[in-house]
Amino acid sequence: MMAAPAKAPERSATTAAPQLTIGKALNHALRAAMEADPKVLIMGEDVGKLGGVFRITDGLQKDFGEHRVLDTPLAESGIIGTAIGLAVRGFRPVCEIQFDGFVFPGFDQIVSQLAKLHFRSQGKVKVPIVVRIPFGGGIGAVEHHSESPESLFSHTAGLRLVSCSNPVDAYWMLQQAIRCDDPVLFFEPKKLYHTGSLKETVDPTASPDPLFASRVLRSGTAATLVTYGPSVRVCLDAAIAAAEEGTSLEVIDLRTLSPLDLEPVFESVRKTGRLIAVSEAPSESSLTSEIAARVQQECFYSLEAPVLRVTGFDTPYPPTKLEEYYLPDLDRVLHTVDRALTW
Amino acid sequence: MSSPEQWTHPQPGDSSAATAAKPTPEQVIAGLRATSEGGADLVQLLTPEGERVDSPEFDRYVTDIDGARLRSLFRDMTLVRRFDREANALQRQGQLGIWVPLLGQEAAQIGAGRALRPMDMAFPSYREHGVAWCRNVSPQDLLGIFRCSDHSGWDPVAARFHPYTIVIGNQVLNAAGYAMGQRFDGHVGDDDGEATICFFGDGATSQGDVHEGFVWAAVYDAPLVFFCQNNQWAISEPTERQSRLPLYQRAQGYGFPGIRVDGNDVLACLAVTRWALDECRTGNGPMLIEAFTYRMDAHTTTDDPTRYRLSDELEAWKLKDPIERVRAYLSRNGLADNDFFEEIAAEADNFAAEIRDFCVNMPDPPPDRIFSEVYAEPSPVLEAQRAEYLSYLDGFVGAGER
Ligand SMILES: Cc1ncc(C[n+]2csc(CCOP(=O)(O)OP(=O)(O)O)c2C)c(N)n1
Ligand SMILES: [Mg+2]
Repeated sequence: MMAAPAKAPERSATTAAPQLTIGKALNHALRAAMEADPKVLIMGEDVGKLGGVFRITDGLQKDFGEHRVLDTPLAESGIIGTAIGLAVRGFRPVCEIQFDGFVFPGFDQIVSQLAKLHFRSQGKVKVPIVVRIPFGGGIGAVEHHSESPESLFSHTAGLRLVSCSNPVDAYWMLQQAIRCDDPVLFFEPKKLYHTGSLKETVDPTASPDPLFASRVLRSGTAATLVTYGPSVRVCLDAAIAAAEEGTSLEVIDLRTLSPLDLEPVFESVRKTGRLIAVSEAPSESSLTSEIAARVQQECFYSLEAPVLRVTGFDTPYPPTKLEEYYLPDLDRVLHTVDRALTW
Repeated sequence: MSSPEQWTHPQPGDSSAATAAKPTPEQVIAGLRATSEGGADLVQLLTPEGERVDSPEFDRYVTDIDGARLRSLFRDMTLVRRFDREANALQRQGQLGIWVPLLGQEAAQIGAGRALRPMDMAFPSYREHGVAWCRNVSPQDLLGIFRCSDHSGWDPVAARFHPYTIVIGNQVLNAAGYAMGQRFDGHVGDDDGEATICFFGDGATSQGDVHEGFVWAAVYDAPLVFFCQNNQWAISEPTERQSRLPLYQRAQGYGFPGIRVDGNDVLACLAVTRWALDECRTGNGPMLIEAFTYRMDAHTTTDDPTRYRLSDELEAWKLKDPIERVRAYLSRNGLADNDFFEEIAAEADNFAAEIRDFCVNMPDPPPDRIFSEVYAEPSPVLEAQRAEYLSYLDGFVGAGER
C-alpha cells in the first residue's frame, strides 16, 4: 500500500519558497521527513559532521543528533542489513550509499532480504527503507564513481526504483519515498546536484504529483525521447536543438524505473510513431531493453521505426578522460533521432 | 588510564552484566589511541626525537641497517613525499582529476615495502604510492589513474603489485586467495618461501570482505601479512566509529598474531614487517600488523578536513613526522652531513620536475580504448559495437585527430 501523500510541513507565512538546487532540495526533503516522523533515521558513511561527501545531509546531525543521523562503520552490507532490522523494529531508515559503485557490498542484503521480506513473511513484515544512491557519470571521477547500476536492481521484484531529474521532484519524491511502505532505491543524478542553472522554486505547501508515475516534460510530434535521471537534461537540450531545425520531439521523464509506468510512453508513441530510449547504463539486459520490448508489443502498429537506444556501451565504465565518448550526448541523441526519422 | 583489556574479558558476576561487558566511550577512545601507554603493544625502534630504542625482539630484524641503508630509507621517504606533494599540486592546477595523498604515511609504506622480497606479492588499496615505489612501479605509472586516463598503468604480474583497489576491502580477499595459491604451489615452508602482503585502512576493517579475508587466511594457513595502516581517519570518521578494540587485537579472535607498530617509524615498520613476512614464508601465517600513523593531509583533494577534525591534532602529529626523526638520528649520530641532505633535496626537486613534465605531457587515451580488453577472448558483439561507434565518430569533422 502506498502511504498517504506528504503532508505539507508547517512554515511561517513570511518564509518565501526557496530557490534550490537538486542537492539542496534533497537536503530540505530529508529535514522535512525527519521533522514529520521521529522514526526516520539517516544512516551512512560520513553523513554526520561532514554532511556526506556531496553534503546532502549537511547540518542534519547537528540538528537531529547522532541517534538519528548515524555515521556508520564502513560497510554497506552492514548499512543495509541493520537498516532492515531497524525497519522491522519500526524505524524508517534512509540509507546513503556514498557512490553507485559502492552499493555492491550491500547487494546481497538488498536482493535477498530487502526485496523479499514482505513476500516471504506473507505481508507481515514491512521494510520501509530508502536507499539513496548517487549515480551516473560526467564528474571526471576515478573508477567506481560513475556507474549506472539500476538495471541490476530493476530485475529484482519487490524493490521500487525511482530517479529524480530536477529540484522540485527531488524535494517531493524523496519525501514520498520515505513515506512509502516498500523499499525504495532512490537514484540521484550526482552530476546535477549542485548545478546552479537548474535551481527551481520549491514550494513546500504545493501538492506533489504521485511518486510512481512518468511525466511528459515536453510535447512533440515527430519522435519521443524517453529517459530518466541525468539524461533528462540531455534529452531536453536535444529537443530544443531539434526544434530549431524544425523537428518536434516529445520528452518523457520516467521518474519511476521499477515498476515502470509506461502508459504515457505508449500514448506518446501512438502519436509520434518513433521512440528513442536514452540512458547512461549499458544497453544489454537493461531498462532500455525492457522499454523497447514492451513498446513493440503495445504499439506495434503505430511504430514507423524500431525502438532505438542511446546508452552507455556494453563495457565497464571507462577512465573518465573518455567519458564524454561513453555518455549519451546531444549529438548521439540527435543522430539517433535522424536514424529513426529516416528509417 | 585502564587498559582496554580490562573490559574485553569481563568475569561473570563481576557486576551487573551491562556494566561489566561494556566499555565507556572514554575507555574505547583511550584504548584505540593508546600507544606509549600500551608499552610492549607499540613496537618502536626510533622515537619521534630520533633516538634509537633497543628492542630485544625486533633488533635482530634490522641488524643490516647501517648508515648507508638508513640514508637510503630516508631518500625513499623524501622522494615519495616529494612526489606526493607534486601530485597534489598538479591536481590543484587541473592536471590530475583527483589526488589521494600519502603525506604522513611514508614510514609505514617504505618500511613495509622494503621488507618485501622480489618474489613476494603485494595488494595495495589506493594510497600505497610508497609501496609502489618499493615495487619499482614508477610514480609516472601511477599518474594515469589520477589523471583519469586509465585504471592501472603497470603490469601487476611482472611488478608483483596488484592494481590499486578502490572498493574498500575487496583486495583483502583477493590477497588471501593469492596467498592460498602460494601455499598450494608448495612455495611456503622454509626461508626461501614466498609471502603476500595486503594493505588496507582502519575504515576498511569494518568491511565483510576484510573479516572474511581474516577467516580464509587463517583456515588455509595462508602466508599473508595483513597490513592495516591505521591513519586514524576513514574520510571524516575516527577509528571509534569502526571498533571498540585496538585493531591489532582483533587478530586474536581469528587465531593469528596481531601487532601494533609505530607507523611513523620506518625502522620499526621494516623490522616488524620482515618478521611477519618471515613467519609467513616459513609457514606460520597469517599475521596482522596495525601501523599506527596519521593521515596528515585531506582524505583526497576533494575532501575538506576542517569540517570534522581539529588542527591541534595535526600539529601534535607533526611532532612525530616519519622523515624528521630519521633526519635527526642520522645527523646526531654523524651518519649524514648537510651535504647529504642538500643532495637529497636537490634530487627531490629534479624528480618533481620530471614528474610534472611527464604528467602535463601525458596523452589522452583514444576512444577505442573503451572497447578494448573487456574480455580475454574476442567478443564479436562488442567488436560490432566498437566498429559502429568508431564509424559514427568518423562522421564528424576533425575526426582524423582521433
Ligand atoms: C565499498 C566502498 N565504500 C565506500 C567507499 C568510499 N570511500 C573511499 S575511501 C573511504 C574511507 C576509507 O578509510 P580507510 O579504510 O581508513 O582508508 P584511508 O582512506 O584512511 O587510507 C571511503 C568510505 C569505497 N571506496 N568503497
Ligand atoms: Mg584511514
